[in-house]
Amino acid sequence: MTASAERSATEAWTPSALQVERLAYRRGQARRSTLVAVASTVALTGVAVLALTSSPGWPRVRQSFFDPDVALLALPRVLEGLWLNLRVMAVCAVVILVVALALAIARTLRGPVFFPLRAAATAYVDVFRGLPLILVLLLVGFGLPGLRLQGIPTQAVVLGGLALVLTYSAYVAEVFRAGIESVHPSQVAAARSLGLTRAQTMRTVVLPQAVRRVVPALLNDLVALQKDSGLISILGAIDAVRAAQIQTSVHANFTPYVVAGFLFVLLTIPLTRVTEALSRRSGWLGATAGVAGAGPLR
Amino acid sequence: MSATDGGGPLLSIRGVRKAFGSTVVLDGIDLDVDAHRCVVLIGASGSGKSTLLRTVDLLEEVDDGVILLEGEDITDPRQDADAVRARMGMVFQSFNLFPHMRVLDNVTLASRLVHKVPRPQAEERATAILERVGLAAKARAFPDELSGGQQQRVAIARSLVSSPRLMLLDEVTSALDPELVGEVLDLLVELKAEGMTMVVATHEMGFARHVADEVCFLHAGRVHERGTPEQVLGDPQQERTRDFLRRLG
Repeated sequence: MTASAERSATEAWTPSALQVERLAYRRGQARRSTLVAVASTVALTGVAVLALTSSPGWPRVRQSFFDPDVALLALPRVLEGLWLNLRVMAVCAVVILVVALALAIARTLRGPVFFPLRAAATAYVDVFRGLPLILVLLLVGFGLPGLRLQGIPTQAVVLGGLALVLTYSAYVAEVFRAGIESVHPSQVAAARSLGLTRAQTMRTVVLPQAVRRVVPALLNDLVALQKDSGLISILGAIDAVRAAQIQTSVHANFTPYVVAGFLFVLLTIPLTRVTEALSRRSGWLGATAGVAGAGPLR
Repeated sequence: MSATDGGGPLLSIRGVRKAFGSTVVLDGIDLDVDAHRCVVLIGASGSGKSTLLRTVDLLEEVDDGVILLEGEDITDPRQDADAVRARMGMVFQSFNLFPHMRVLDNVTLASRLVHKVPRPQAEERATAILERVGLAAKARAFPDELSGGQQQRVAIARSLVSSPRLMLLDEVTSALDPELVGEVLDLLVELKAEGMTMVVATHEMGFARHVADEVCFLHAGRVHERGTPEQVLGDPQQERTRDFLRRLG
């Protein structure tokens, strides 16, 4: 908005000789930095590649881990498996966010009526944050169907997803709680002084600020979830990891594992970029992210 | 709601006590504020001015004593504290605007949520009030795109939007650059002229002199001296008051 005003103001201004000299110096410095960066990258990569390829076992490793023909043959199956990972992750992520937010809010409730809720939420977080995911997977995956109760699903994917939700909700609830506690009490005072109830204050003033602050931490958990969605393979679901395992035995070659790993990495990169772009948007964290002030120190 | 019929004071504070741990912050305060009057609280930091305002707005619970708003005991735990707060406007030293909301949404929030006014009407009224504080052009801005003085004027607009019976102003110019103090004080002078009832904690003695109907000097949680600005600021009777004013220069 103010950019156009600034531009018209600078039209009448020509930089002084001092500023011209400074700009030239900075350009020179920038060019030099780029050159140094390129040179050091090339050198480092060269050393790494050389170290790898000159190792005595490299020909064998290349054959059994980096075989392009096997990669091509395995790719469709691994991709099929990855599609399952993606769906599991998407569904679980939504459920986890809802459950975790509910847990976090339950832990902030005051008043004797809410004591059981508060205590249950605390106990839940304590238990599932302490239990290794793989144990939860095994207990849920093999224990739940063992109860032979009506309506309990028996598909590996559903049970695996349930285990992921149980564990990750506990982690993400703590992230939300940290965000809620990071909102300054004066914000609550301002909202309450307007006559807002405790619940209205939480919903319109505290939570929006809390959630925005914890987005990077949430993203971190989402990336972890993406990888851990591969663990449902131990219950028999054919996801990318399981598909790669099958392809590995079919071709008697480890390349499918590398393919799966490569695909997992590819998945996380856009996720990171989207969040970064989001947090730069004006108004996301107040306007600070979009306006001057951080300068060259940022 | 219409308990002022008897002609009693709008706000009546009787023997209010408040301690944080072993620190006694309010040590038996008595204060009456009649409708349309402006009472200014002066005193050093830690004398209890802020805490007094916060207890009136029920942001702190009193340890003892009674606060009556329009004749109603608002310190009674059976009171609906949210409804009581909605009848008062409070403005804070550090503005406390909601950084994730645009100026307009900051101002309409109470109307929409507390008074259940539909958004179009709420925005209409908010726009009128923003115009009144000279900031209608900033309705779409976020708080941290504004100067301190502008932010404080938005905060005042935000508390004015529900037509409060009483305004509580807690050192509202203390966080401002000197050249921005004037625009906020001018606004308070106008509010007073329109008949708003105000309790103002401030270090601005010029404001106290010109706008206050009554000045109270607080020290260690007690009202040490009270009277017209001429009396308290011009001819203080208490040694502590004289000390305090002398130190202000």
